[in-house]
Amino acid sequence: MITFTINGKTERVDADPAMPILWVVREKLGMTGTKFGCGIAQCGACTVHLDGEPIRSCSMPLGAAEGRAITTIEGVSGEDGELNAVQQAWISEQVPQCGYCQSGQIMAATALLRDNPAPTDEDIDAAMSGNICRCGTYKRIRQAIKVAAGIEQATDEETAA
Amino acid sequence: MSEQTDIPEVAPETADETAKPERSRAAKWSRRGFIGAGVLAGGALLIGVGVRPGNPVGKLSPLVAGGTGEELVNSWVKIGADNIVTAIIPHCEMGQGAHSVLAQMLADELDADWSQVEVMQAPTDGSYVVSDTARMFVAPFTMNAADWIEPTWEGLFTQIGRFADVMITGGSSSIRSTGQYQMRVAGAAARKMLVGAAADEWGVPASEIVTRDSTLIHEASGNSAPYSEFAAAAAEQPMDHSPKLKDPKDYRLMGKSKRRTDIPAKVNGTADFGIDAKIPGMEPSDLSYAAVRRPPIPGTSVVSMDAETAKGMPGVQQILNMGSFIAVVADGYWNAQQALNTITAEYSDSESPIKSTADQFAAFANALDAAGDDGGEKAAGRGNAQSAYAEAATKIEAEYKAPFLAHAPMEPINCTASVKDGKCDIWTSTQVPLMARSAAAKALGMDADAITVHHPFLGGAFGRRLENDYVTMAVRIAKATSYPVKMIWSREEDTQKALYRPADLSRFKGGLDAGGKLIAYNNVFTQRHDPAEASVPGIYDIPNTSIRVAEADLHLPFSAWRSVDHSQQGFFIESFIDEAAHAAGADPLEYRLNMLGANTERHRGVLEKVAQLSNWSAPGAEGIGKGVAIVESFGTVAAEVIEVDMTSGKPKLLNVWAATDAGYVMNPDGFRNQIEGGIVFGLTAALYGEIDIVGGAAKQSNFHDYKMLRMNETPAIEVAIINSGTVPVGGAGEPGTPPAAPALANAIFAATGKRLREMPFGKQFA
Repeated sequence: MITFTINGKTERVDADPAMPILWVVREKLGMTGTKFGCGIAQCGACTVHLDGEPIRSCSMPLGAAEGRAITTIEGVSGEDGELNAVQQAWISEQVPQCGYCQSGQIMAATALLRDNPAPTDEDIDAAMSGNICRCGTYKRIRQAIKVAAGIEQATDEETAA
Repeated sequence: MSEQTDIPEVAPETADETAKPERSRAAKWSRRGFIGAGVLAGGALLIGVGVRPGNPVGKLSPLVAGGTGEELVNSWVKIGADNIVTAIIPHCEMGQGAHSVLAQMLADELDADWSQVEVMQAPTDGSYVVSDTARMFVAPFTMNAADWIEPTWEGLFTQIGRFADVMITGGSSSIRSTGQYQMRVAGAAARKMLVGAAADEWGVPASEIVTRDSTLIHEASGNSAPYSEFAAAAAEQPMDHSPKLKDPKDYRLMGKSKRRTDIPAKVNGTADFGIDAKIPGMEPSDLSYAAVRRPPIPGTSVVSMDAETAKGMPGVQQILNMGSFIAVVADGYWNAQQALNTITAEYSDSESPIKSTADQFAAFANALDAAGDDGGEKAAGRGNAQSAYAEAATKIEAEYKAPFLAHAPMEPINCTASVKDGKCDIWTSTQVPLMARSAAAKALGMDADAITVHHPFLGGAFGRRLENDYVTMAVRIAKATSYPVKMIWSREEDTQKALYRPADLSRFKGGLDAGGKLIAYNNVFTQRHDPAEASVPGIYDIPNTSIRVAEADLHLPFSAWRSVDHSQQGFFIESFIDEAAHAAGADPLEYRLNMLGANTERHRGVLEKVAQLSNWSAPGAEGIGKGVAIVESFGTVAAEVIEVDMTSGKPKLLNVWAATDAGYVMNPDGFRNQIEGGIVFGLTAALYGEIDIVGGAAKQSNFHDYKMLRMNETPAIEVAIINSGTVPVGGAGEPGTPPAAPALANAIFAATGKRLREMPFGKQFA
């Protein structure tokens, strides 16, 4: 039995400690915002926070979560569902296309901005290059991070034309 | 604004005596889901744009009255008692923004209040057939509709699975066909009927009624009412089969960068993709999961397997040798995959003579050798390319190679299926839900009517999800187990057992006259799939062309890959034109401009625009080069200039400037996002994309060896939109991709003098 918190709630899960956190979250706890992309920590679609640090949940065993705190995409909004600054910027910059990778992108960006409130382009490259977006929304992800950081103005709908 | 991906199953309201006949019908219809929603709304107006190929417009009632299932109602708008306008969208949402933009088009013609518009995914049903060739008419009806509706619908449901599996999202077609010819018509017709109903009630001329924000207004009398008030009465109004559509000057939503309706759910983890399927009434932890392995070599089967170790592994429920694949069913995907990894198997021998990438290209070369200078099948041509080449002042020859490519959508292939009690439910990400239904029907030996396909958002597709191989596998597993199973492919399975963008080899001989003009163009290649014009340099005025295809078999199976044949042909043609420009000693962009043929105002426009954006004529620094390419595909002309820094000896992408002309862009920001993504997709292929054949099997397996462009490699991208006219409306999803590879190859040539004739480029600088 492994005990941990997820988005602030304590869970006790009876599963193989070797099972990756990804599958526990998705299949045992039914929280599907965290995505399976590659299974070998190459794409970042499965990114969650473990004690605040972004990790690849497809390759991190459940046992590593014992006594620790997991945060998933479902846990980054405010209590009443209010979107955080990164999520809001993802909307103002109209980042997602298919959207499948974006949970992981947002988890990576949220951790980046917490540690580095005014990232440079190089900082963004370093923090975000582990996350693949097959739709190719990198330009907008970069812009949205800058908007969330307050470095750039949000694009408003009417001026986007 | 909200996005509804599930259509509620709604029971009929409590009956009263007068309404009984309708209620009984409603009860039946409510099983169709969306009809039931109409009951709840109470007098909701439903508009469908029907398609009946070959029949004259304007005779709806008699046709439908005599209908035997030929009528196809394919797109809808619903106005509820709460004045919410619901656009029911027959296309899948795979990131292209079609749900949102199609709703924009409908709502604009309807003069709907955009903040009160909802989007609903059309059910997987023959009624949502997508067709851009058929003629159209408008059918209004409510739950109080005449009796003629029902038999038609009943007939429709049984016919559709057999004949009309064309609910397709592909070919950059959603806006071009469904939007222009169906959603707009439905919106305009609904508006006109609402106005007619209000005019009758208020006793005023219809021409004096204006519509704004889902409200009918007659200023002289001071009357105004929300649409919902007249929704039921509107259904009694005569229908206009070809309502007047707005002029661009009157657009309020079209042409505007309205925010996409699907995005909010994609930033908080609530968007459901196929892989997130939940079985109603079942806890996720109670569901069974399958990991699968197909034989490594295409066309072979599983002869035998040793699953002794797997049988005893945790959570394993069943191990299946399905002949064409092995499946391990377990209490979770990870347990299933772990057990599958221990299974050894013997596979049948492959009949293909091709064992390696070299074998495949040798087969291509043999076909081209056999075709020679004038063999093979003619794809296009004019004049006499042979004699013009023989007499040319300057001759150039080139042979280009393109590799196999996997689609690699971020959401690995998956499908959940439940087969029991004579019914089958499927949850999957698909571009072709009706074809998925037919594929399942065939695999199960069941009637298509007994099969329901639930298709939420797609986690990328790029053509891969036009195929139903995985649907067939999942329903076979679910039938074998008799309990619901979610089948998930590993990334390795997804990459190695995919269907592929074909490899190809293309040979050119070109002749220039003394002035450097390209007067002879002789080209032969081996792969021709779609679209037919992809291999034709039709925008250029070249007096003598011979374009031929010498077909050669592919070892790895084909499927359409973003922009299809344009993805290779764009590279071949636009590289060769660049070589001709350099042979002529001309500026490559000027050379293209000078060579443009008839009816190429849009092409001239984008070339001039991209030259301006990229400051093309400014001299570059040592080791930094710019390259240009222009490709027209899916109705959109796209010219791209790429700037690359070669000073480190390896390509570093600096800038991409793109100028596009899609005729008229319905949502500029959404369009730009698509072009930006198409460019990154093309650059990924240009730098890294390659599936090799080793021992008859696909070699690359995951993102470590099938590499994708990442944040740190992505250049700055600027996209300009030219709206040259309202018709035709071009596509957005694919046209950004084809020019990227040739523009990069041409830029590397400009920087280094090294001509790249083989994709991918990255390894050539390793």
